[in-house]
Amino acid sequence: MIRPASDRNKAEIAQVKSAGTASAAITSPIVERQNTNANRAVSFISGADRHIRRRLMLSRIFAAVCRFATYSAMAILIVLLVAIVWSSVDRLALDFVTNTNSTNPTRAGILAGVWGSFWLILFTALFSVPVGVGSAVYLEEIAKDSFLVRLIKVNLANLAGVPSIVYGILGYTVFRSSAAALGLLFDGHHVVGMAGLFRIRLSKLPIYEDNILVGALTLTLVILPTVIAASQEALRSVPSSIRVASLALGATRWQTIWRQVIPAALPGISTGVILSTSRAIGEAAPLIMLGALTYTSMCPGSIDSPTKLLTRPSQVLHAPLDQFTAMPIEIYDWSKQPDSRFTAVAASGIVVLLIVLLSINSVAMIVRHYASRRLKW
Amino acid sequence: MTQANLPAWARLRVSRRHEKFIQVLLFLCAALSVLTTAAIILVLLGNAVYAPGAKKAFFEHVSVWEFLTGTHWKPVEGESGRFGILPLLSGTVMVAVIASLVSVPAGLGAAIYMSEYAAPAEREFLKPVLEVLAGIPSVVYGFFALKFITPWILKPALSLFGLDLGTFNVLSAGIVVGIMVTPLIASLSEDVIRSVPRSLREAAYALGSTRFDVSARVVVPAALSGILAAFLLAFSRAIGETMAVVIAGGQQPIATLNPLRGAQTMTSFMVHASTGDSAADSISRMSIYAIGITLFVITLTINLISGWILRRYREVYQ
Amino acid sequence: MPTITSGNVPPSVAGVDRELDMSAHSAAIEARRLNFFYGEHQVLFDVSLTVPERSVTALIGPSGCGKSTFLRTLNRMNDLIEGSRCQGEILVEGQNIMDPAVDVVLLRKHVGMVFQKSTPFPKSIFDNVAYGPRVAGEKNRAVLADLVESCLKKAALWEEVKDRLTTSAMSLSGGQQQRLCIARTLATNPRIILMDEPASALDPASTDRIENLIGELCANYTIVIVTHNMQQASRVSHQTAFFYKGQMVETGPTMKIFTHPSEKQTEDYITGRFG
Ligand SMILES: Nc1ncnc2c1ncn2[C@@H]1O[C@H](COP(=O)(O)OP(=O)(O)O)[C@@H](O)[C@H]1O
Ligand SMILES: [Mg+2]
Repeated sequence: MIRPASDRNKAEIAQVKSAGTASAAITSPIVERQNTNANRAVSFISGADRHIRRRLMLSRIFAAVCRFATYSAMAILIVLLVAIVWSSVDRLALDFVTNTNSTNPTRAGILAGVWGSFWLILFTALFSVPVGVGSAVYLEEIAKDSFLVRLIKVNLANLAGVPSIVYGILGYTVFRSSAAALGLLFDGHHVVGMAGLFRIRLSKLPIYEDNILVGALTLTLVILPTVIAASQEALRSVPSSIRVASLALGATRWQTIWRQVIPAALPGISTGVILSTSRAIGEAAPLIMLGALTYTSMCPGSIDSPTKLLTRPSQVLHAPLDQFTAMPIEIYDWSKQPDSRFTAVAASGIVVLLIVLLSINSVAMIVRHYASRRLKW
Repeated sequence: MTQANLPAWARLRVSRRHEKFIQVLLFLCAALSVLTTAAIILVLLGNAVYAPGAKKAFFEHVSVWEFLTGTHWKPVEGESGRFGILPLLSGTVMVAVIASLVSVPAGLGAAIYMSEYAAPAEREFLKPVLEVLAGIPSVVYGFFALKFITPWILKPALSLFGLDLGTFNVLSAGIVVGIMVTPLIASLSEDVIRSVPRSLREAAYALGSTRFDVSARVVVPAALSGILAAFLLAFSRAIGETMAVVIAGGQQPIATLNPLRGAQTMTSFMVHASTGDSAADSISRMSIYAIGITLFVITLTINLISGWILRRYREVYQ
Repeated sequence: MPTITSGNVPPSVAGVDRELDMSAHSAAIEARRLNFFYGEHQVLFDVSLTVPERSVTALIGPSGCGKSTFLRTLNRMNDLIEGSRCQGEILVEGQNIMDPAVDVVLLRKHVGMVFQKSTPFPKSIFDNVAYGPRVAGEKNRAVLADLVESCLKKAALWEEVKDRLTTSAMSLSGGQQQRLCIARTLATNPRIILMDEPASALDPASTDRIENLIGELCANYTIVIVTHNMQQASRVSHQTAFFYKGQMVETGPTMKIFTHPSEKQTEDYITGRFG
């Protein structure tokens, strides 16, 4: 039935040629083919048409280029991880996580940064989760479409695009000066009313204006738009039949939200919240703007081991008002040291930071996995 | 009086009032974001443009004209101080342009590959890879640029052409910022490309298109405005990127377009100024607000344009 | 829907001579024992059908019986559906298009397709029509302009759009968009045009125009049209094939199918007893 492609090819070329000579005025191959429509012989065999061969080649090259772009992202990720682990071998050891910073690269460790980041994230989560989930609940479940609500939504979309360093300026100007004012209040002898109660414990300890709470408040503002967006998405994925069913049973709106909608959205909310909070761990710029310490060997509240969390309550109380550094800040500081032995220190710091981030992300993945399994039951 | 010994209808009233209270509380949470924006604007304006009371705002020392057109940046007290933002702006734009040169082709290529070519299982595997790439902190990329890309890749490559590369240089900073924003472009563009209806692709195939024709002549042009919005968003992200640029890009505020040398960007100056031990109301500190407002206005403008384009794009296919 | 009985088959559109003897026409398409599967789900069972050249063949049958699936196998559009599988033989002008060596790009240029929903590209009217020739490598603007004009004329759209070729195709009305899609298909210079319910989303006036257009085109093109509307099938086609539950129950000259169907199922369907 099917003639060999080469034969057909010749036949077609011959035909096109004859048609071309017949109407010399027309130069376009397309029009030539149109004119030969009536009696052309066609072949659908691949490779029969040189032009289509070229196009198919182009198509394959294009696919290869796109695949290359995609997989080079993965290659870069691997190169980055290998380069960092490889740079860290000179320093990465157990004492890197048990030592605090030092001017001696063989002794410098990240303990102060780890504790700083721990306190920061603890308070960032404490501030951002209720406010973030609350906003999302308001926007998704309660708000009617009004000018104000539209303003809030547009505003949130744009806040997400504000560079984090700008929040640093805000934190530096507002929170830090408020903390400074508060410090004056407690340290001076003008304490009035209820403030006196707190004074008993705190006045003996210095209150810093660039403290953990100020840092956490700033980071809260940085991640709040993302937390809200993630929670909104989780709430939106709750089927509206749940709401209708609950309301039909005579539950009030708030009961419906609190007992039905939020529990149903909880896995999604927690995954989203964990992921957005983990972004805060890597943030350095806004904290540096606040005046976070770039070099310190002190952990906040001098708490340098988990047992002290239980045995030193007054230090625990002091920690949120103490000065701090954080893992990414120490990494930044080590990276810019001219002494090349600090390269390994910085790389070790990155390894620790990435391990922390990886663990937190795995928790989020596990929550997501567990929740999706539970929903199937 | 507890709720339990009230009649049923009264209990309901109480719980309604209780609900009203919760609603107000939730509204305040949501309104906090508006407050944040207001605070950012007030703080920036209040220190850059007009400061109430005895304190003098930055633009009360330096004229706006000098700030916007000056070609020297030397933020010191007294006669020798120069406050032209152009050197910082040129550094910033260079980083963002290099980042775009890296991220636009890579991100768009990845988006096309994931939406048009990859099998579902392959997509499931590639998406998390891009998410991880996007989740790596900026300082890590800075380190990677300074300690790996510059000495191990760019220096040897450029020396083949007889070019000399500084330890701190805009090129490596721009490249890593490009890597950082590639996942953003890829995922946003993939979303818009996917929203191009399947019927359009089928129609193109039915006209004798190859896959390349379908992607490059129908799908991408149909999604073009959405893709453009993604590029703009990534560009604005690159402009505001800080730590990678601080670490790898150097701290010389020089007006240059040579990416092989170091240059200070707006963000890296801000970090530099706040790690120095200048007094809180020194002119160097106050200049942070002027630069902050510039950065804020630039990024906000780009984001607004991007959002506007994206909304118009969505209207076409819904 | 008024039922069709032997007495009241509507008159055909101009250009479609239902009394035409098609035995003289050579076969443009011959499908032989076609079985089609979406994954494990079989939707075509041993379908065989011959489509004569330069004629209109209508495919009718209740929704979900596999008409579109059959139509889409004819230019291998189903290749795009993950997990689909096709067994059997389809000869287009004598060549088996199921052959793995067949180039679908060439095939689809030869066997064009118009869809139920009009699918103009978000480009100008001109660029829509010029799309096919352009991807095929034509760059000469004058040649393209001639081609666009002649195709729009063949699709009976030229008079309405000749002054606004550069405006977006999205601004056309539904009926105009569908005729634009037909013009766009003509511009790739096919010999066979497949139409999947091309008028089902259109108002009566636009439907009328499409039907008349089919009557004009069938002098030069082989047309296979899927339609839900039995009056339409009887107005525009020379030959009708009735599909039911994935099988081709009966095929024959349109007048015969609508006046003396030989199968009970066909009769039930065209008299409106089901579907
Ligand atoms: N892409 C698809 N995947 C799986 N099943 C499909 C797909 N398209 C159609 N089907 C199924 O194949 C059968 C025939 O569909 P179709 O050919 O569209 O029927 P018709 O055009 O006659 O209404 C239907 O049962 C339909 O559900
Ligand atoms: Mg159908």
